[in-house]
Amino acid sequence: MPQWLDDFLWAYGSFVYGLGVNAILGLSMYAVLALGQLSLGQAAFMGIGAYASAVLTLKFGAPFPLVLTAAMVAPAIAAMIISVPTLRLTGVYLAMATIGFGEVMRILYVNTDYIGGALGLSGIPEKAGGSIIFGLLAVILAGFLSATRSKIGRAFEAIREDEDAARAIGINVGAYKLSALVVSAALAGLAGALNAHFSSFIGPNEYGFDTAVTILSYAILGGVTTPLGPVLGAVVLSALPEVLRPLHDFRLVFNGLVIVLVVIFLPRGILGLHTRRVG
Amino acid sequence: MSAPLLEVAAVTCRFAGLTAVDAVSFAVEPGRIHGLIGPNGAGKTTLFNVISGLLDAGDGSLRFRERDITTLPPHARVALGLGRSFQNLRVFADMSVLENVLAGRHNRLKVPWPASVLRLPSARSEEKAAVARARELLAVVKLEDKADALAASLAYGDQRRLEIVRALATDPMLLLLDEPAAGMNPTETAMLAELLRSVRGGGVTILLVEHDMNFVMGLCDRITVLNFGRKIAEGTPKEVRADGNVIEAYLGAGDVARFLEGARR
Repeated sequence: MPQWLDDFLWAYGSFVYGLGVNAILGLSMYAVLALGQLSLGQAAFMGIGAYASAVLTLKFGAPFPLVLTAAMVAPAIAAMIISVPTLRLTGVYLAMATIGFGEVMRILYVNTDYIGGALGLSGIPEKAGGSIIFGLLAVILAGFLSATRSKIGRAFEAIREDEDAARAIGINVGAYKLSALVVSAALAGLAGALNAHFSSFIGPNEYGFDTAVTILSYAILGGVTTPLGPVLGAVVLSALPEVLRPLHDFRLVFNGLVIVLVVIFLPRGILGLHTRRVG
Repeated sequence: MSAPLLEVAAVTCRFAGLTAVDAVSFAVEPGRIHGLIGPNGAGKTTLFNVISGLLDAGDGSLRFRERDITTLPPHARVALGLGRSFQNLRVFADMSVLENVLAGRHNRLKVPWPASVLRLPSARSEEKAAVARARELLAVVKLEDKADALAASLAYGDQRRLEIVRALATDPMLLLLDEPAAGMNPTETAMLAELLRSVRGGGVTILLVEHDMNFVMGLCDRITVLNFGRKIAEGTPKEVRADGNVIEAYLGAGDVARFLEGARR
């Protein structure tokens, strides 16, 4: 590694890694929004992945690949469980139910001494470097781009546009919704584990409503007509506060302002493109 | 006589106090064009939703191809060969015309999802075949030139035909059409009748709801009449036209002018 890059990462490492992790969270949000499900459980799934990974590393000394796998499987199982009562919900009802799920998890962490209670877990070894984070991001993004351009993406778009019409032409809407939720949860869990393993600390309040809305805003800013949208949205919204550092406490106002402007003037997001599957 | 393709047996569907479909029974014979008519609010669309599985039948049973489908989810009914179109246009507006038809093909694409994501040769060749089939179907309704246009940009009559082609792409044995001629001008209606005859000629049985009596009487082999959720008559167009109950139902509902106009021809 050249000296300048080394210096840069020493100073800005967690910022750069954060961009990659947030991009994965953006894709997690994309997985559900692409078929029109407004699920706000991403922060909760991220928390499950973060806690599962931290416990496995700190208390069991498990190898990192196993830790990452478990951090995807645990929230995926949680997603299957909560899908039983929530899969029939749509729109704001689904949003409310998943926000509730996030609160339940937060209170569970606060009151469980084994995982540090309100203090959280600290001293998590920094095992997630740039190559792991950006390597995984590249693989996931490539998978999403390919899936979007296949019959899977077509089914997603059909469900997003008109669920009943999609049913009537033979698309198994329930199975697609469940798969999307499970993939979304697994990715959020992976992001949580990566985040825990470069920031070295996790706490129960990191995975609440604020985080859920932040993740949603990545997708709103970037748009969900292509998986590149939420990735770009995550990068822009994560970088803005750093770029605007001279504005001190007012810099978060800009995040809000950007979202408001996009919703009003660019309802498809800044990358409101049509995915071309057949040419 | 072969067994009926679709048997509706005492099907009932209630919405909080209102019985929209009340113990309706009829059978659709293979190779027929079967009409389902009745005044507004007679329960025709509700019955369609029950047959296609979007609504549960509260009571009664449905048999399709001699199998009980009463509790099957919609996609499983499509897999068995039950296709449908909607009364209000329900094309996927933001997709191209070709993509709409390909979406209708979804149920017939069998390659497992990992192969699709990894773009394995099996997925590529299946997709290629689906595109060829979709273009073929579009040519049947003369929409092949508009394959790459957004569905939302099509004229009304074209969108209606696109919706029918999307349903045809599922390879149905029975096609349910909910007011396919609604809003069409006489020329378009005549073209539609021609299209439906050729679809039937291709071995697809058709069950259609329609208000245009002229269209129904001229096209259907058999007609079932509903009023206030109940079946009040069934028979050939000639029999139905002469049925006292039917005339009364339409007189009562104030649709007499429309009915008589159709009946006179």
